[in-house]
Amino acid sequence: MSEYRLEMHNVVKTFPGVKALNGAQLNLRPGTVHALMGENGAGKSTLMKCMFGIYHMDEGEVIYEGEKVQIKGPLDALNRGIAMVHQELQPIPERSIGENIYVGRYPVKKLGPVTVIDHDKMYEDAARVLEEVHLNFDPKAKLGSLSVSQMQLVEIAKAVSADCKVLILDEPTSSLTAAEVEALFTIINELRSKGVSIVYISHKMDEILRISDEVTIMRDGQYIGTWAAKELTTDFIITKMVGRELSELYPARENVPGEEVFEVEDFTSINPKSFRRVSFKLRKGEILGVAGLVGAQRTELMEGLFGLRSHTTGKITYKGKEIKITQPKDAINNGIAMLTEDRRATGILGVLSIADNVSIASLNQYLIGGFMLDDAKIENLVQENVAKLSIKTPSSKTQIQSLSGGNQQKVLISRWLANSPDVFIMDEPTRGIDVGAKYEIYCIIAEMAKQGKSIIMISSEMSELIGMSDRIMVMCDGRVTGFIDGSEANQENIMALATQFE
Amino acid sequence: MAKSFNMKKFMSNNAIIILIVLLAILTGCTTQNFFTVNNFKNLVVNVSPRFIIACGVSGCLITKGTDLSAGRAVGLAACLSAMLLQSLDYSARMLPWMPDIPWPVALIIVMVIMGCFGGVNGVVVSMLKVPPFIATLGMQTIIYGLCSLITNNQPMGGYKTSYLTVASGSLGPIPYLMIFAVVVGAYFWFLYNKTRHGKYMYAIGGNENAAQVAGVNVQGSLIRIYILAGCMYALAGFLVGAKAGGASTATGNGYELEAIAACTIGGVSANGGVGRVGGILVGVLVFEILKICLQFLGVDPAYTYIAQGLVIVIAVALDLRKYLQKK
Repeated sequence: MSEYRLEMHNVVKTFPGVKALNGAQLNLRPGTVHALMGENGAGKSTLMKCMFGIYHMDEGEVIYEGEKVQIKGPLDALNRGIAMVHQELQPIPERSIGENIYVGRYPVKKLGPVTVIDHDKMYEDAARVLEEVHLNFDPKAKLGSLSVSQMQLVEIAKAVSADCKVLILDEPTSSLTAAEVEALFTIINELRSKGVSIVYISHKMDEILRISDEVTIMRDGQYIGTWAAKELTTDFIITKMVGRELSELYPARENVPGEEVFEVEDFTSINPKSFRRVSFKLRKGEILGVAGLVGAQRTELMEGLFGLRSHTTGKITYKGKEIKITQPKDAINNGIAMLTEDRRATGILGVLSIADNVSIASLNQYLIGGFMLDDAKIENLVQENVAKLSIKTPSSKTQIQSLSGGNQQKVLISRWLANSPDVFIMDEPTRGIDVGAKYEIYCIIAEMAKQGKSIIMISSEMSELIGMSDRIMVMCDGRVTGFIDGSEANQENIMALATQFE
Repeated sequence: MAKSFNMKKFMSNNAIIILIVLLAILTGCTTQNFFTVNNFKNLVVNVSPRFIIACGVSGCLITKGTDLSAGRAVGLAACLSAMLLQSLDYSARMLPWMPDIPWPVALIIVMVIMGCFGGVNGVVVSMLKVPPFIATLGMQTIIYGLCSLITNNQPMGGYKTSYLTVASGSLGPIPYLMIFAVVVGAYFWFLYNKTRHGKYMYAIGGNENAAQVAGVNVQGSLIRIYILAGCMYALAGFLVGAKAGGASTATGNGYELEAIAACTIGGVSANGGVGRVGGILVGVLVFEILKICLQFLGVDPAYTYIAQGLVIVIAVALDLRKYLQKK
């Protein structure tokens, strides 16, 4: 028996167009919390999905309790004692909590010749499991009656109910409140003392340093190293994750913020729990960062300004003239562009070509005789952008979904640049993009600001906000709680404003 | 190595088409009169209205919708055309007061009426957000009811000669019906490839939310697509009526499924955003050639239905397999 409960060696996993894992490894000791760290797109979730059998790895081996195994699928993993709480929940809100916990492995009994589900046993067991993780819910209540964070805890209860030996937690705290995080940590500590090995994926440095025993860092699908958590500092982790010194992360900015061009006053959502009474001003050539915790309603605010969500009161002034925005077209016609947060859901037109994706928002510019599209003009536009933003694609007819995240993002930026917007709203512009492409996106943003475009950039990465913004607007619970000058911003003063709950 | 791989890919991507071509060759070799001008004309005359219907429904499919009212709409259009174009000396005229109008005028009237039905479909789908399957299923039943109502469930005949000539006549060797189909095909090709409307349609099918963010007028585009579909059913119904020399409430029954199947065989993806006019034509041809071949081989019509059903399911399964392989 080796000292590890589970080992993964030299894991390689390729998706079309991208090598997600390339020599990844992980060694998990019994009764420890093992943090897995890396930037978005470093391959953490992919590695865990390989461990849990959702993906089959192209190369590499898994040694579980001293034996070489092949995990065929999630059910096989569960039967071996490996459980996973996913980053994106997969709840069935219309069914009860108990059913959600036991879905796919319902307890059964014989009713004469037929096998039926033993509901009594299921709800008894569910109640016991919920109690074990200190949750006080009725197992017969609909899952949909819980909040998102409560559902997350139920998901953890589900994993615990499988009597697992290895528990994978993929960003479990992203939607939890501080009190719920404490509750989760209590559960984790209990599991650890029972000898469970826990893989903990998170971006929150303080949590990692507090809860974990060991830390493995990944970058670009590769194994960087494993360290004991108590030997680590935040700076060391970031440097290892990013692969270069912090001072080289962001390009030098040469933009000079000019006169105020865009002003929002008293902007309030139609939804009382969303953004309210937001006012801010934006200068020409300025990069305004927008900081806040999950749920601060930053995305909602920007989608409201872009006409994707409705507002009740509020005045938007653009170059001294009041403008009305009720749908995206209004915003676009007024020179506003928006890169949405979820590239797949609201950005790319997956099955369409690069050319179609670049030109879709500006087709009015390429008409012959008012109705016929000028293909040559569109092709010119595409080639110009492919060269300018160095988009790596075999041809302009390639489907956008076959490109990497960074190149998809550049295509979407080209789409908006074709309209020559003056105000460019970017919601998490570097999410899910590898480190090299991130730097290129930063350069593009810096260049746009230099040309006099005003940029609003929402980001959840503190260092990105501090490194790129001229000014940072901080939001908490739907309100703007303050502005910080880019040169004075640091983690502490941003967090102070971001947690200013009423 | 790479070449043999591509061959295999080509075979699997075009399996249905290859099978049909083989079937046609087999039929041609074992029966008489298969490869003849008459049989070819027969094929063209059958394909033309179905291609027009398929073009109409393709826009709905490309935007991830569907139109189950297509067949009944064809039937209503055929009945309306009949009412407008019965000859003056026919004893059992449905509308005795109807003056003699030229057929193009009747065609335009029918297209306007059916365009309105399409518009209602479009509004219900895009603004009321009723799933297209349900919205058009309802419309299918409504149109059938209306059609029964206005025709008193009586079959109609006694068309004017000029109307009958639309289907039976030809320009040199080319049947008029084929000219209609070619014009429609060219129009759709232009619309889908060279206009904003086409690009917006593909964008909506590819990702409706993303299209909206990019400033596409999603509702307007969808309504236009369903209106155009209605107009195509009108044209097809007009031609089907002329070809049959009569119309009844049963006219067009089931055409929507044939059209949807033909589109799918022709590569219009059930997942939206994909579909070409050339492919639609191939899909319709595959279906009609299959029918004619089985007819020539003397296969019981019951088996013909079974074969058609299998072709539909296999074609969609192959289409989805292409999509799944990319994951």
